[in-house]
Amino acid sequence: MKEKQILQIEHLEKSYDGHPSVLRDINFSMEKGEVVVVLGPSGCGKSTFLRCINLLEPVSGGRIYLNGQDILSGQKESSRIRQEIGMVFQNYELFPHMTILENVMLAPLLVQKRDRKQTVEEAGELLARVGLSEKQTSYPRQLSGGQKQRAAIVRALMMRPKVLLLDEITAALDPEMVREVLQVVLELARDGMTMLIVTHEMEFARAVADRVIFMDKGAIVEEQKPEDFFSCPKTDRAKRFLNMFHYEALG
Amino acid sequence: MDIEFIRESIPLYAEAAVLTLRLALLGILGSGAIGFICCLLRTFRVPVLKQAAEVYIELSRNTPLLVQLFFLYFGLPRIGVVLSSEVCAVVGLSFLGGSYMAEAFRSGMEAVPVSQGEAGLSLGMSRHQVFFYILLPQAAATSIPVFGANIIFLIKETSVFSAVALADLVFVAKDFIGMTYRTDEALLLLVIFYLILILPVSAVCALIERRVRYAQFGNRSIVSGE
Repeated sequence: MKEKQILQIEHLEKSYDGHPSVLRDINFSMEKGEVVVVLGPSGCGKSTFLRCINLLEPVSGGRIYLNGQDILSGQKESSRIRQEIGMVFQNYELFPHMTILENVMLAPLLVQKRDRKQTVEEAGELLARVGLSEKQTSYPRQLSGGQKQRAAIVRALMMRPKVLLLDEITAALDPEMVREVLQVVLELARDGMTMLIVTHEMEFARAVADRVIFMDKGAIVEEQKPEDFFSCPKTDRAKRFLNMFHYEALG
Repeated sequence: MDIEFIRESIPLYAEAAVLTLRLALLGILGSGAIGFICCLLRTFRVPVLKQAAEVYIELSRNTPLLVQLFFLYFGLPRIGVVLSSEVCAVVGLSFLGGSYMAEAFRSGMEAVPVSQGEAGLSLGMSRHQVFFYILLPQAAATSIPVFGANIIFLIKETSVFSAVALADLVFVAKDFIGMTYRTDEALLLLVIFYLILILPVSAVCALIERRVRYAQFGNRSIVSGE
């Protein structure tokens, strides 16, 4: 295994009883600082893939290594592993009974037992970076979708994760809000954050990705540099998928 | 109507009302505690104890309080456990109310999306931390109207306490009727005293319910009336 590899996945399998496989023999690895975008039609297993990495879904077979350490072996360790793997969800999942500041500080104080004063400062800085300084004492329901998702990104970053998993984080947003959220992700990528991103925003995928993987029916069918993937995809399935995003005038 | 009789009877009714209220309060606290414990056992799927909680809940919800009290007051002494009337009343009311409170907690917990718990787990929180900091506060807020309804229900259920020789409101009324045959006055006072006990509780519950329904978290303009 190479030194730089932060995440390595071997022969990952996932199936539910009596159903066809959700994930089939996934082999994948990521280097530190790399941004990988996962594309594919809905139901292809992209989200399940991310959830397996964050131990939210039990897997049926295979191995996942984080920094060379097998994370599927010791279930007792799941808290420590999840602290190193941040996750942002499609529907934000901010805690509605807490203010934005409480949301982003809860886990650092409770799980990592960090110093309160420093945590407040750090939260302030991060919230300012995503343009939410004014919203520290607001509750999630007082925020727009885009603001909520930016707060959710800060909440994940507050844990200082080694890898960030983004699961269709703009799928529930209005087009104008998509931009403000993706801008934050682009800045994170520029700062060297390692990210695995599931998205349906093709332009964004092209801009942010170091590498694109294309999944279909639970398997990785294609893996390419974004410029190659978008201009000349190797598989027919990927071609058909990309064609769906082109609209041509009829007649 | 014998106004003089009513006036003279009021102190005795008041005394009985205080007793009723005191036992009801203890029973409600007991119910809340039992309900919360059942909620913990269910949420964390504690083996054996979880099944025991389910059996308890069915037993408690499907038998009348009167029968439960008879069991405690007349049944237990047969196996050498003698409880005072007051203890029987509080234990009986808690036994009954515990299952109702457990169901209130359950409905609240089911209303919290699973994904909220996953968000907590993904931040490295333990299952206990997720329960106490994320799920429970949201569930409790959702269940407030049900808690209120249960509290009113339990106060009303105290009306069978006279069956185990407690001098509660019903007991005093029956006593007056037996001694003086002034049925109208005795029953009128009984109704009035129950209303005095329960109407304020209802009013507070309605107020809280309205706030919870409209306010939710973070809508201060309605909560504080600004």
